[in-house]
Amino acid sequence: MVDFRSLRNAEAQSNLDFPIKESPSQTAGPYVHIGCLPNFVGVNGVYPKDLTINGALPDGDKITIKGFVYDGDGAIAKDIMIESWQANSAGDLKNGIWRRMPTDLETGEFKLETIMPGSVDGNSPYINLWIVARGINIGLNTRIYFEDNLDEKDMVWKHVPKERQFTLIAKRVEGGYKFDIRLQGSLEGEDETVFFDI
Amino acid sequence: MSNTNIRYTPRDRDWHPEPDFPEYRSTILRSPKQKLVVVPEMMADKTGPAFGQNVLGEFDNDMIVNFAQSGEKAIGEQIIVHGKIVDENGRAVPNTLVEVWQANAGGRYRHKNDNYQAPLDSNFGGCGRCVSDADGNYSFRTIKPGPYPWPNGGNDWRPAHIHFSIFGSGFSQRLISQMYFEGDPHIQICPIVHTIGDPRAVDQLTARLDMSNSKPLDILAYRFDIAIRGTNSTYFENKPEGN
Ligand SMILES: [Fe+2]
Repeated sequence: MVDFRSLRNAEAQSNLDFPIKESPSQTAGPYVHIGCLPNFVGVNGVYPKDLTINGALPDGDKITIKGFVYDGDGAIAKDIMIESWQANSAGDLKNGIWRRMPTDLETGEFKLETIMPGSVDGNSPYINLWIVARGINIGLNTRIYFEDNLDEKDMVWKHVPKERQFTLIAKRVEGGYKFDIRLQGSLEGEDETVFFDI
Repeated sequence: MSNTNIRYTPRDRDWHPEPDFPEYRSTILRSPKQKLVVVPEMMADKTGPAFGQNVLGEFDNDMIVNFAQSGEKAIGEQIIVHGKIVDENGRAVPNTLVEVWQANAGGRYRHKNDNYQAPLDSNFGGCGRCVSDADGNYSFRTIKPGPYPWPNGGNDWRPAHIHFSIFGSGFSQRLISQMYFEGDPHIQICPIVHTIGDPRAVDQLTARLDMSNSKPLDILAYRFDIAIRGTNSTYFENKPEGN
């Protein structure tokens, strides 16, 4: 038995084992905004403003993508947080654009204001999304492609089942693009948003 | 780190929590039914935003005072939470943003949707952030959060926990998790904890009481190390270019 006297000032063992494995994910929970967008939920005065972009929006074609996130019952989820990561208009990821946005607490709509990404390595322009919330145990990765800017030779496109490709395409609408996300589809599953193991 | 040579090790989906876990009711309608689509790793997965010390304010890493009236403090057991962020290859992850959030000492969140009867603490907001140093070490001060009940159809109480958000250098390393406290009896009865199947993985999310970093007659410390995805090219394989 270890002498308690030596434990009084003992150094803690690491909680990591060898070989090291990634720390397991846990849900972001219903109050993810307190940590990531505190001013949005009225926790004011800790940070001057919420972290919603890395720097300033660079030059390029300004676009706005709006949409809703639906659950398996077709209900609009209103407590979601989304992050996006994309190339700038020149296809440069060293100067990529990161954005963080909530779904609106009342309406559930999210709004991604950014620049039309340039093509990277000859692929279709796209935006990476990461979705976290209550009930999502590990963040979901998907991608926004653009109906008027889509190249079938894109290196990811051929891996996506044909009948589900439409779930990744933002549609041109008045004032920008529309992109809805279905966390869970019907049994046939064709309408469920394609999520990637990246 | 953000170069074309690296490949992140695939996520071990058996080690991570089960997405569809009915005992955690909210997963029933929010977990995809279709398999994740495996695709070639692209540049946009290997790169990501970089946030450094410049985003931080003076008290961001101190939840005891960062919401409090001047001269006042949050109520609760004051603690230091610290640790090292590494990747699965054991390499330190320097300069990465860590965001944390939690309930107050009574188990209540400062959020309009939290109507647990425990009172708010007017001096506690519940959010903090810090950036890992050159050796991957991070540290913040807070009060130990209380366990709380939550609507899940039964007699469900969360263990005391702190939510963590970690960036890393590639978007596919992005991670949100939770830290638990060693010895907490609520860990074994929590459905959210049990979305993780392997008890060793749960243990990895459990912080250890760290007496060597506690300050006598002042504040206790807990150690919580974090691992993010590594790369599967080894130093030896890539020796000519370095890694
Ligand atoms: Fe929580």
